[in-house]
Amino acid sequence: MPLWDWSYAFSILPDLLLALVTTIEITVLGSVVALLLGLVIAVLRRARIPVLDQVLWAFVELVRSTPLLVQVFFLFFALPRFGIELSAFVIGVLALGVHYATYTSEVYRAGIDAVPQGQWEAATALSLPRSRVWTGVVLPQAIPRVLPALGNYVISMFKEVPLLLAIGVVEVVNEARELGSETFRYVEPYTIAGVLFLLLSYPASLLVRRLERRRVSA
Amino acid sequence: MSVPEPMIVFDGVEKRFGSNVVLHDLSFTVSPGEHVTLIGPSGSGKTTILRLLMTLEKVDEGTISVGGRYLSHQDKGGTLVPADERYSREVRKRIGMVFQQFNLFPNMTVRGNLIEGPTRVLGLSRDEANTRAADLLELVGLSDKIDAHPTQLSGGQQQRVAIARALAMHPDVLLLDEVTSALDPELVAGVLALLRDLGETTDITFLCVTHEMGFARDFSHRVMMFDGGRVIEDAAPEQLFTAPEHERTKSFLQAVLDH
Amino acid sequence: MENLPRILSVLGDGLPETVIATLGGIVLTIVLSFGAGLLLLSPWRVVRGVTRVYVEGFRGTSEVVQLFWIYFVLPVLVGYQLVPLVAGIAVLGLNHGAYGAEIVRGAIRSVPRAQYEGAIALSLSPAQRMRRVILPQALVEMLPPLNNLFIQLLKSSSILALITVPEVTRQAREVLIPNFGDDTFLIFGVVFVVYLLLAAVITAIMRWIERWAARRLGRRPVRQRKVLEEVAV
Repeated sequence: MPLWDWSYAFSILPDLLLALVTTIEITVLGSVVALLLGLVIAVLRRARIPVLDQVLWAFVELVRSTPLLVQVFFLFFALPRFGIELSAFVIGVLALGVHYATYTSEVYRAGIDAVPQGQWEAATALSLPRSRVWTGVVLPQAIPRVLPALGNYVISMFKEVPLLLAIGVVEVVNEARELGSETFRYVEPYTIAGVLFLLLSYPASLLVRRLERRRVSA
Repeated sequence: MSVPEPMIVFDGVEKRFGSNVVLHDLSFTVSPGEHVTLIGPSGSGKTTILRLLMTLEKVDEGTISVGGRYLSHQDKGGTLVPADERYSREVRKRIGMVFQQFNLFPNMTVRGNLIEGPTRVLGLSRDEANTRAADLLELVGLSDKIDAHPTQLSGGQQQRVAIARALAMHPDVLLLDEVTSALDPELVAGVLALLRDLGETTDITFLCVTHEMGFARDFSHRVMMFDGGRVIEDAAPEQLFTAPEHERTKSFLQAVLDH
Repeated sequence: MENLPRILSVLGDGLPETVIATLGGIVLTIVLSFGAGLLLLSPWRVVRGVTRVYVEGFRGTSEVVQLFWIYFVLPVLVGYQLVPLVAGIAVLGLNHGAYGAEIVRGAIRSVPRAQYEGAIALSLSPAQRMRRVILPQALVEMLPPLNNLFIQLLKSSSILALITVPEVTRQAREVLIPNFGDDTFLIFGVVFVVYLLLAAVITAIMRWIERWAARRLGRRPVRQRKVLEEVAV
């Protein structure tokens, strides 16, 4: 038996591509959660509301310093005890989204801190309402600056989706495992899975690097 | 009287950065113990000459030799080929350089900076190198700073340490690249006094780029005026500063002295 | 709460595996980061190219895929099955070494060119320049991002649970959850605390090294904002 069987490889490709769609769906939905929740955390923390600020700080540090896999298991086993029954897919989106929101919140915060103090003062001098200062002055300057960093986190999320096989989500690696266990051939499924990740994430990271360079030179 | 072998020979040297030619077909010699100052507007190629001598840049055409040995090239079976790292390191041991920005190593103390070359390159023992370092620090008036870190020193002190570091290698040739340009005005005099002193008490060959015309005048045996990558005037300082031949030299000196 | 002692003891059984995996991974990461980081700066195109393939290959694929590939596929290809813990350490090191290589490369390139020139003016050899002048200065720059990288590695060690290494996460999932299902919060609370403590130990050690390295440069340790240089895995 050859180490690599092309006809077998082609026969499993459609199933793997289908599972890749699931991986991408989770990445996109998780990114939406991470990008929005992270922004909310960053803006709230900037307000420095007593107690809330400490709570948010502790939450961010806890989530950032502990493994995503443990958090996935935690949501998977703990939510039902509150009577919340969610599918593994949704739990995956939530876990990834919240985990990465703690990273994106720090990125947003750095971007917000980089907006010169004079911008806040000028906005205050114009008596702009608080919400307009954020949406009209600060965030439009802060967010473009941090887009490359945010892009890198989206790519990271994509690569972490396979963790969700631990709670039964059928993403690419889980599909590869199932295909392999049917035929006892693991070389092709896992290799193709790896190549699929590379094919998507490498061009994406080149794109982000280009964005980074353009920001630096601009 | 026999003419001594020149210490430095530039023979038809051309240096380009991209399509920009910074040195055109440059030829000159410097005798042992001679003090030569290069003056001219910025971008005229003065600093490039020092950097070529220190092998920080590579020549595009022509050859440079120091102490009778090719620096930029080596003789391999009768043909000249570009010098390799090992060969140029051998020749370059005889050359020291003091930089505008000092370039002390921040990861070492003053002592560490002074003994690094002697122990690692010249193969001195630690004791020998330490003695040499102590002597040199005394010479530059910084004996109490031997265990300080470069960052704890003023600019003038750093530059004096940098001079001591270059001297620790016992160079035949010392290159001074605008060594006072980065210093606060009140610190310049001390560094220049030290250099004058070295000029009188050693037989080192000095090649110096500076904007301090007073120093150039009383330190140098010879001044070369550069413009557009060429030497346009090469004369004794008394001659060049009092009765420059070239219009360009006149206007340059006028501009520098007025300022 | 009455199950706390048993929970602690089961997780305690997994602690050595987590610590060994993390330490082994960190050692391998350091070796690969410096090796590949220096090779990325090689004057030879081919060397840089081959190193690039390693770095981009591991940064471009999922760590779980790498783990399964080394654990399930490699034995088929070479006919030798790695012990799960060893396979895990290999993947942790290979993966984070690829990120570390970029950190090392970037830190070396951030050392001002003037320092190279100062070293050349003293006739130091290329190896002496790197070892005596450039690396000590680059080290200060690379320590904060390496700290982040090691914390990422600690967190990643949990995926060894997927190839049956009985480390902390697997002990919680496979032993505690089935047996003490009512204590879900307590179990995860303790697991979180274990990882937080391990992360704190790594940070404490790295801060100590940072202070030591900064002192050698005669500087006060400057703790940069870690966010933008963070290496996400």
